[in-house]
Amino acid sequence: MLRYLLRRVAMIVPTFVAVTFLSFLLIHLVPGDPIEARSGQHGIATERLAELRHEYGLDQPLWRQFVQYEQQVASGDLGTSLVTHESVWREFLQFFPATVELSVCALLFAVLIGLPLGVIAAVRRGTVLDYGLIGVSVIGASMPIFWWGLMAILIFSVMLGWTPVSGRISDLYYVEPVTGFMLIDCWFSDDVGACRSAASHLILPAIVLGTIPLAVVARMTRSAMLEVLNEDYIRTARAKGLSGARVVIVHALRNALIPVVTVIGLMVGTLLSGAILTETVFAWPGIGHWMVESVLRRDYPVVQGGLLLIAALVMLVNLGVDLTYGFLNPRIRR
Amino acid sequence: MLQKAITVPTPGALRLFWRSFSGNRGAVLGLAIMLALIVTAVFAGIVAPHAPDEQFRDYFLTPPAWENGGTTRFLLGTDDVGRDILSRLIYGARLSLLIGAAVVGLSLSIGVVLGLIAAFAGGVVDVALMRLMDIVLVFPSLLLAIVIVAILGPGLFNAMLAVAVVMLPSFTRLTRASAMAELSRDYVTATRAAGASTPRLMFDTVLPNCLAPLIVQATLGFASAILDAAALGFLGLGAQPPTPEWGTMLAGALQYYQRAWWVLTFPGLAILFTVLAFNLFGDGLRDALDPKLRR
Repeated sequence: MLRYLLRRVAMIVPTFVAVTFLSFLLIHLVPGDPIEARSGQHGIATERLAELRHEYGLDQPLWRQFVQYEQQVASGDLGTSLVTHESVWREFLQFFPATVELSVCALLFAVLIGLPLGVIAAVRRGTVLDYGLIGVSVIGASMPIFWWGLMAILIFSVMLGWTPVSGRISDLYYVEPVTGFMLIDCWFSDDVGACRSAASHLILPAIVLGTIPLAVVARMTRSAMLEVLNEDYIRTARAKGLSGARVVIVHALRNALIPVVTVIGLMVGTLLSGAILTETVFAWPGIGHWMVESVLRRDYPVVQGGLLLIAALVMLVNLGVDLTYGFLNPRIRR
Repeated sequence: MLQKAITVPTPGALRLFWRSFSGNRGAVLGLAIMLALIVTAVFAGIVAPHAPDEQFRDYFLTPPAWENGGTTRFLLGTDDVGRDILSRLIYGARLSLLIGAAVVGLSLSIGVVLGLIAAFAGGVVDVALMRLMDIVLVFPSLLLAIVIVAILGPGLFNAMLAVAVVMLPSFTRLTRASAMAELSRDYVTATRAAGASTPRLMFDTVLPNCLAPLIVQATLGFASAILDAAALGFLGLGAQPPTPEWGTMLAGALQYYQRAWWVLTFPGLAILFTVLAFNLFGDGLRDALDPKLRR
């Protein structure tokens, strides 16, 4: 196990260097250079341009810039925003908790609803219920979630007035950001109104972001359950006279969970892609919103640094999934 | 082209395929929607009641025909500058199908070539190509597409290019995996022994036998290409405003959708049904082409 772990962890280093190279290269494909591109139609004085280029090291040969960039990244410096003059790292940390909070709630929604639905569909295979569920999950997987988010706002916020339209919490409340997770901070602040406000802001975006994962989880659970329910040991368990519910929940579901857990782990990329759209629709101040804003403002250091951090995040989660899987399934440790 | 590729294996395969495919009601529904869309897109000029960019100055934000204040002249209502939404959706279908076809065509052809090269060359080339694809996969797909568009500049063409790049790894990996499986078969060895050149082996001998999974993946890719291009359009990075692209129409509806639900609802439904049709069709194809699942 230790050798598998070490090898898998060692593999991440060259991949990460390659990822930094790719994000470095992408930014250098910008026509002109980041400074010129940002100066827009008004142009910029030649001396000032040269000065800025020197300041950002853009007058150096490309390979040296890359080496410098690698050194910077290795020392934890991801550059400074051209707009806010804040460090990219600090901005990322500022927006990151909001995305985590949203994504975790979306996943919870997907699993808490998707898992039981998948199990029920598998047990009641071929019934109207099963077909209905398959239909709904295919629709869910095809959903343009930016539109789904807007429709949700239109129906639940504008027409029914149940939830607020956008943001994380009402302006009426101020909560000391201790952890950065609004729900937890509200909990500690003992302010019931703030808690309620934060929760009501969170619920709609979480449902919207959780829709595609819900469809995937329900489908995956159903097919994994169908496979497991055909196994001999399930027949044995039934033959022993165990109750139907016990066989399904204790014997079948436990084994069916392995592929489902893997799929959930590998969904982090999908979730982040979805977060970009969901956060834009709901004006949710997370990293997806931050990246889109930076792209639209042509704030290249932020785009580059953000891209890198998000890629690193996905790599770490994938590593975690692989290691868990290796732990659960000894056959793949070789 | 789809049908031809499927008939290749043995005579009667098409009938076998159809029997299996038509048993799947969802897939047949998907096929029907797809055909309807294609017909609408081809004959957009005849089917659409108005030109997509014609502005009717007396009809700003007219509701759909069945609502109070609606008129049968504009069945699905008009937008903020008095353009007929139905006509724009019909022309948008043309655009979306073109986007899907162009993106999948580009990504598939490059992916197939790269995959075959990786499978045939093996060794360092194989490892290098596959690692590169792994690295592309590390980035969340929409984020990578956004960054690529940010660099190339917003616009429909660049958005299509970005989506094609994002989809490349799936085609490359799939081609490589199926080609590797074929390479160890006797018929490949025999053809090689008969003196066939490597390109001939690649495209003439091996590729036709790898087509089934590629066709399925291409159909599903069509759906995600349309979805991603619409998302880019929605973020203001894809097709630019006067273009009747569905995602761009949604972005334009943002300011007043709270008073005029129809400007938001219909373009989204168009995207949903189109993507759904291709996904249903793709799933049906997979089940029909995969002998393991055939009952």
